[in-house]
Amino acid sequence: MPVDTPLVIGGISFRSRLIVGTGKYASFEETRKAVEASGADCVTVAVRRVNILDRNEENLLDYLDPKTYKILPNTAGCYTAEEAIRTARLARSAGVSDMVKLEVIGDQRTLFPDNEALLEATEVLAKEGFIVLPYTNDDPIMARKLVDAGAAVVMPLAAPIGSGLGIRNPYNIQIIMETISVPIIVDAGVGTASDAAIAMELGCDGILMNTAIAGADHPIQMAEAMNHAVTAGRLAYLAGRIPKKLYAQASSPIEGMIE
Amino acid sequence: MQITINGEQQDLPEKCTVLQLLEQLKVSPERIAVEINLTVIDRSVYHATTLNEGDHVEIISFIGGGAHAG
Repeated sequence: MPVDTPLVIGGISFRSRLIVGTGKYASFEETRKAVEASGADCVTVAVRRVNILDRNEENLLDYLDPKTYKILPNTAGCYTAEEAIRTARLARSAGVSDMVKLEVIGDQRTLFPDNEALLEATEVLAKEGFIVLPYTNDDPIMARKLVDAGAAVVMPLAAPIGSGLGIRNPYNIQIIMETISVPIIVDAGVGTASDAAIAMELGCDGILMNTAIAGADHPIQMAEAMNHAVTAGRLAYLAGRIPKKLYAQASSPIEGMIE
Repeated sequence: MQITINGEQQDLPEKCTVLQLLEQLKVSPERIAVEINLTVIDRSVYHATTLNEGDHVEIISFIGGGAHAG
């Protein structure tokens, strides 16, 4: 029976194969409860200016202690390699993580990545010692180029960010898995628990999601569902599913039937 | 002297250090980062880094976000 080993990214070992975003929640308290229910031990956070005019503003990291959770700063909202590199450097300087979820967005309507700029930023940041987790298309050639540029993992989208459409091209995800040797984390596009299970059944090493949980009617309940789905999908992958066949195959023996 | 902090004009005393600025703004130096004129300042030198007239300072921290929070 195959025994699972933990997900390891850039030498860091993860307890859960689910990474969750912290945006779009009603409150920090709801964020904390949803993260807890998801079982994730890594959360992604955005980098923004401190509000210098209102110092009573609460801090997210008071609710998600970096001693308990691995913090994965992201470059969400960056449209150029320069902006993303600048944001990543600032994030690392805050002293909570050497990891960066690298996003360079190419277009506001689709939020698809600008892969040319992403590759450039990956190369620069990897050379500076960052553990780079790039958000990219489900393109096997791009995945290989990102690994060559020093990416610690590749994070192909399942579908557009926040779309909830699920895995639109499982075959490309499979080809990416055969093409590269670093972990593959599906990032973006998951809508519900079955989508997460499908990604894990394909053999992906993990999933990153935000909207599917935070946007659900009951986020904490959905977080728990995702926790189960990722675990179930991973177990099914390890257990090895039966082949798909067109015709029936009886599961009861024919021998000894009454005549 | 006039400097720009997170896009806001502020009047600060001459030879104000980064650490003094953070104290004045009531920003704890933990889990934040500071950039002056596009250069990231290492937290170990906040006390020794003085600001100059016209500097552009960015002070950042982390907020909730997954993908494209902006």
